[in-house]
Amino acid sequence: MEDPAARLAVLGAGVMGVSITTLALGQGVPVLLVETDPQKRAGARARIDHELRTAQLMGARPDVPQGHLTISDSLVEAHDVDAVIEAVTEDAELKSKALADAAAATGAGTALVTNTSSIPVDELASRLPHPERLVGVHFMNPSYLIRTVEVIRGARTGEQTVEAVGRVLAALDRRPVFVGDGPGFVTSRVLHRMINDAARVVQEGRATAEDVDTLMQDCLGHRTGPLRTADLIGLDNLVDSLWVLHRRTGDEGCRPCDLLLQKVRDGEHGRKNGRGFYTYPGAVA
Amino acid sequence: MSESTTERRFVAEDVETELKQFLEKSTKTSWESDTDLFADGGVSSMFAMELVVHIERSFGLAIEGPDLRIDNFRTVNDMTALVLRLTGSDAGE
Ligand SMILES: NC(=O)c1ccc[n+]([C@@H]2O[C@H](COP(=O)([O-])OP(=O)(O)OC[C@H]3O[C@@H](n4cnc5c(N)ncnc54)[C@H](O)[C@@H]3O)[C@@H](O)[C@H]2O)c1
Repeated sequence: MEDPAARLAVLGAGVMGVSITTLALGQGVPVLLVETDPQKRAGARARIDHELRTAQLMGARPDVPQGHLTISDSLVEAHDVDAVIEAVTEDAELKSKALADAAAATGAGTALVTNTSSIPVDELASRLPHPERLVGVHFMNPSYLIRTVEVIRGARTGEQTVEAVGRVLAALDRRPVFVGDGPGFVTSRVLHRMINDAARVVQEGRATAEDVDTLMQDCLGHRTGPLRTADLIGLDNLVDSLWVLHRRTGDEGCRPCDLLLQKVRDGEHGRKNGRGFYTYPGAVA
Repeated sequence: MSESTTERRFVAEDVETELKQFLEKSTKTSWESDTDLFADGGVSSMFAMELVVHIERSFGLAIEGPDLRIDNFRTVNDMTALVLRLTGSDAGE
């Protein structure tokens, strides 16, 4: 833990905060994980341990000592972190507030990174005193198994920020693909709409979720199938992201379908709480 | 290591049956003892970890260190061998 190559703070201990933290710790990078919900905070360490084991099982952990984890309710002692990675709920207001707090709690050299699925980076940057400090890095889920990340340079993202985030991604052994800014960037713009359509097919009673996934996997080479992917993402987050896309593009294909809305109302959030399009009896809550 | 008096011992057939039942229930497919579950996108890496947790709970053991690698879980035979080894059921008879 002496002289670590990079230090990170991660905001939010949900699906992605836990996944990104697991990635970093597994690469030997220390993390300060900040979560406002006491219940989520209490369960975070066990969930990270579980995901570290998953990473090991899948051969995705290099032979380095694990990074040190600190869990907190606020960004104290984060002044010298290389980057703050924001992975809070997909809500522009919440994110702007969290990023502004992060900007105030850290030095000018700390890169601010948003892991938003769909909100344009420049929209979030516009509410910061120093918009050049913000860049988008869309880590995939699970972050420790998927090496490629989508990096979004907003109109005002500074060169120094891009360089800082490049160093962080190198420490995390991730491979960036740089794309332009805009609702959903590349991956969510394409994937979320497709998942919405897949859910609509089930809603219309034309096929079961399993049959949709089997066809997409076996005929079209989709690795996990869109609805299993939806469960992995979290249906609540998926609906939030679809609304972000719908409001910013006007694309009716992005309006979350009734089945998705119903599942979220019924508390069926996918793998994270054991039930979505599928059930997960063995899932760690 | 030598606490075989307190350890539960298992026979291969029972372990296999238990594993196959769990797999069938979870994947809605039946699996031969030597079929690679992970080949051809059979089951996902997320399911692999559920399998590990299930085995730990069912047979009262902890799978750690070098044993925690996907090659130990590829087939029902691989998993059975691991369970027998970690519970000491494969020795002394
Ligand atoms: N789920 C995915 O597969 C996925 C993939 C890529 C990107 N994303 C994006 O990552 C972000 C997080 O998504 P998620 O799926 O982890 O959501 P989630 O709902 O699982 O977790 C969000 C967490 O943020 C916490 N939080 C809210 N406000 C906070 C604050 N001010 N400070 C600290 N914590 C706060 C919440 O309590 C919650 O635990 C979203 O922007 C989402 O769109 C998600």
